[in-house]
Amino acid sequence: MSKDILIAARDLSVHFPLRGLVFGERPVVRACEGINIEIEKGSFFGLVGESGSGKTTLGRAMLKAAPISHGEIVYSDHEVTYDLASLKGPELKDYRKRSQLIFQDPYAALSPRMTVRDIIAEPLEVMGLTSSREETDARVREIAAKCRLNLEHLRRFPHAFSGGQRQRISIARALVSGPNFIVADESVAALDVSIQADVLNLLNSIQQESGITFLFISHDLSVIAHTCDFVAVMYLGQIVESAPTSKLFSETSHPYTKALLSAIPSLDPDDQHVAQKLEGEIPSPINPPPGCRFNTRCPHAQERCRTEVPEWREMSSRHHVACHFSEELA
Amino acid sequence: MTSPLISVKNLTLRFRTDEGLVTAVNDVSFDIAPGEVLGLVGESGSGKSVTAKALMMLNAENSVYDDNSQITLRLDDEEIDVLSLKRPRDQMVIRGGAISMIFQEPMASFAPAISIGDQMIEQLLIHSDMTPAQAKEVSIEMLERVGIPEPAHRFKQYAFEFSGGMRQRAMIAMALSTKPRLLIADEPTTALDVTIQAQVIELMKDLVDEFHMSILFITHDLGVIAQTADRVAVMYLGNLVETGTVRQVINTPAHPYTRGLLNSLPKLDDLDAPLTPVPGDIPSPLDRPSGCVFHTRCVETGGIAEKCRTQIPGYTTDSSNHQVACHLATQEDQS
Ligand SMILES: Nc1ncnc2c1ncn2[C@@H]1O[C@H](COP(=O)(O)OP(=O)(O)OP(=O)(O)O)[C@@H](O)[C@H]1O
Ligand SMILES: Nc1ncnc2c1ncn2[C@@H]1O[C@H](COP(=O)(O)OP(=O)(O)O)[C@@H](O)[C@H]1O
Ligand code: SF4
Ligand code: SF4
Ligand SMILES: [Mg+2]
Ligand SMILES: [Mg+2]
Repeated sequence: MSKDILIAARDLSVHFPLRGLVFGERPVVRACEGINIEIEKGSFFGLVGESGSGKTTLGRAMLKAAPISHGEIVYSDHEVTYDLASLKGPELKDYRKRSQLIFQDPYAALSPRMTVRDIIAEPLEVMGLTSSREETDARVREIAAKCRLNLEHLRRFPHAFSGGQRQRISIARALVSGPNFIVADESVAALDVSIQADVLNLLNSIQQESGITFLFISHDLSVIAHTCDFVAVMYLGQIVESAPTSKLFSETSHPYTKALLSAIPSLDPDDQHVAQKLEGEIPSPINPPPGCRFNTRCPHAQERCRTEVPEWREMSSRHHVACHFSEELA
Repeated sequence: MTSPLISVKNLTLRFRTDEGLVTAVNDVSFDIAPGEVLGLVGESGSGKSVTAKALMMLNAENSVYDDNSQITLRLDDEEIDVLSLKRPRDQMVIRGGAISMIFQEPMASFAPAISIGDQMIEQLLIHSDMTPAQAKEVSIEMLERVGIPEPAHRFKQYAFEFSGGMRQRAMIAMALSTKPRLLIADEPTTALDVTIQAQVIELMKDLVDEFHMSILFITHDLGVIAQTADRVAVMYLGNLVETGTVRQVINTPAHPYTRGLLNSLPKLDDLDAPLTPVPGDIPSPLDRPSGCVFHTRCVETGGIAEKCRTQIPGYTTDSSNHQVACHLATQEDQS
């Protein structure tokens, strides 16, 4: 593995077998299928796609919290290299320190009966990372200050906080064990624009100061565009396009990425562009369409798209796309 | 000039709570013309939903309206004083009749144990003199109109059998089947993916044209507002701080809070522009700031900080009816 990559998924599939039989077979949710991504050390890697596209599942697999059915995920920092599929025992415990999740919904994630101090301290205590209460307190205070929470805040219970403050508590809790890798799943989706801006700025400054690598999951391409240096676009369990952010916007190649971009409502009242219409909704991952999975909604789909799976091809340096016709459509 | 379909004047609404009276809406006035889409924006807790619910007398039992609050609905042959409709029977004219509402969470507006079709029929029977057979026909037509495939089959299904986008469409179909004069849409697209949001927005625009109804469109997404609204009202802590046409408010925002909201947004045409949040948090409605309600977070108070802290700014209206409640605007007038 190249020494600049912190974590990489190769040909990764995550399948969830369902209970019961349908036509004599056990249905399987193919939440992720044949995924290839490489996340560089110290980068802010964005993952975007409609709800149900498999973003959360991929993020969880990278934290070893979803089953790896096929392929591999390899994590490698300056100290250790782990193959996540076979990780267990003390090494798994060690990986739990190195990787963390910032929850999608801070309201649900925070226990109402714990003070903010205890919520932030919990990972330290569970993992036994500190040896005394003084040490724990010092660490909690240091992280809280980074997330702009003061001593007064630490004594209170989470219900007394606004959405933005609760999200900062979740961030502090994720940072406290000193991870190298953080998955932030829809961390700003429930927030007002102003609070969203504040949280995004905080995540960016943490990343710049500490060099932590982020996998930032969102269904909002404009938020991703602003925050991330590299973007992967996911549709129905597969990555359909990935590129450095500026390239993804200037050389958009996949019809799905184009549709996502054109669906963002413009802030200019005189911008009359009509969203490139995507008919219908994302199909079920139990029976994904054959060939290109996007063919049921793609405005450019042709016969070949319904039978032949498009290859994952390099368009230019670090820009990959899975579409038979991306050159012609560009 | 045609008279407005609905006029809200000096609406002040408080809630009785254990901690005392909470002011949720403070002296709010606005009109919506026939066929007009008014966008109502503001951050969470600013009072958008409560204002909208007042138009239909849907607020909780613990609500108290100030005496000089007035909401007038003008139908073809009569003027209705909405806040005087105390009995549920009288409120039928508005609820689901002249005014329909769609919500952010469509599950909430369907009864889980009754099929979508039966709920649509029931509404039509209450608010029109259709026969059940006619009501069924109209309902299926509406489902088809909002783009639900196989409407006759879907008609018999329950809300949980629909996907998120389809539920939203079904809710719109149900809200529009009674041909309301005013549709209140409270964050109708917030829970949807952008692709589905684009479909729903296009659908709503088509329907406004077709039925010539007015819409009160609540959202905190200024992009959605820019693409749907004719006029915009900006709300902060229960106060309307700015109103104007969508071009005035978005292209030349007059209130520091509106400017703050716009500066917080990630902009696709300038990826490197910094995001500038409005500093601090919205104060608790139990503890409304003195003077200008926005003064605790305003970055533009400059030389007039003392005035902002102590005096309530009145509305200033320019020649093109762009209204703002900020001392800076009155300063400019004087200079
Ligand atoms: N029944 C009630 N009793 C007490 N307070 C209430 C009641 N209903 C609403 N409020 C308060 O009124 C204020 C305005 O609430 P409202 O729901 O209108 O906000 P909003 O602008 O719609 O926010 P959001 O964007 O989160 O939907 C809030 O402070 C809210 O807590
Ligand atoms: N534990 C599970 N069992 C069965 N299906 C699952 C499970 N987790 C996720 N899925 C399914 O996998 C697909 C992808 O889900 P998810 O990763 O949550 O998508 P996203 O985060 O992009 O919205 C969805 O169809 C979801 O219902
Ligand atoms: S392969 Fe075909 S269906 Fe798939 S995105 Fe390309 S053109 Fe569309
Ligand atoms: S009146 Fe003063 S505090 Fe209020 S918005 Fe204007 S400048 Fe800011
Ligand atoms: Mg998710
Ligand atoms: Mg609301």
